[in-house]
Amino acid sequence: MKSAVIVFPGSNCDRDAAVALHQASGKPPAMVWHGDSDLPELDLVVLPGGFSYGDYLRVGAIAALSPIMAAVVRHAERGGAVFAICNGFQMACEAGLLPGVLMNNAAGKYVCRHVAMRVEDTQSPFTTGYQAAQRISIPVAHHDGNYFADDATLDRLEGEGLVAFRYDNDNPNGSCRDIAGILSANRRVLGMMPHPERAADPDLGGTDGAAMFRSLVETLA
Amino acid sequence: MQARVFVTLKNGVLDPQGKAIEHALRGLGHDGVEKVRQGKMFEIELADTDAAAAEQRLKVMCERLLANTVIENYRIEIGGEGQGTGAS
Repeated sequence: MKSAVIVFPGSNCDRDAAVALHQASGKPPAMVWHGDSDLPELDLVVLPGGFSYGDYLRVGAIAALSPIMAAVVRHAERGGAVFAICNGFQMACEAGLLPGVLMNNAAGKYVCRHVAMRVEDTQSPFTTGYQAAQRISIPVAHHDGNYFADDATLDRLEGEGLVAFRYDNDNPNGSCRDIAGILSANRRVLGMMPHPERAADPDLGGTDGAAMFRSLVETLA
Repeated sequence: MQARVFVTLKNGVLDPQGKAIEHALRGLGHDGVEKVRQGKMFEIELADTDAAAAEQRLKVMCERLLANTVIENYRIEIGGEGQGTGAS
């Protein structure tokens, strides 16, 4: 599997994502600066967590207009996989790769802890390594993880089986319908607020996220 | 040409910052405060001299960057009293 991690000013989970990808695939990902305008030949692009552009204006809004994002959108339109984690999820929504938007947490506070999630989809390249309805524990660390979309969009996501993960009686941010992660219509873009790259090695205190990287290697390799 | 753009949350969209400000104002003794919604205001100076062209340009800016129309409305004000208000 050939992968790249996009590095934005203010990204802080880019190296964690790189370590998880390297461990799962045996190859280090390319680290691509946001100011570049071309991507190398790739199977997977990771939009990492962090606080790109200091969350100015709206989370992910400025990063969504970075030069590299046009190439990321083209990669997605060709059917390439995009793994958008936390701030990456916020960017993916702002860039139109995924519907909806991530708003302030309902409690108005930054939240940083492990959450319980239920696996809702096992058909995407990200989730084949899980059992349906499996309960997993993954850390979150965000101030703006409250997924919001109108009812018609939410109904469509649920109807087409595009909700990948839901918080399992443990919603940390007030997201609509307990949504923790969603897929694009072709299931090749996954956006999620929790951080699987921080739960992909026993030394990090959990391995429930490792199956996502293994799934990608098995499906995309 | 001077313009202002006001971006506000749509009705029904949760606004935790507005809520916190509302509580803080009541804490200051302003019992009459019934509701606070926080928004954003942008002051933009444009080279345009034609108001209609400027408004069209600002609309594009709002749709593309200044507002996220999933959750926000925007209002454009062109010209008017010019520089910012208030003491600073």
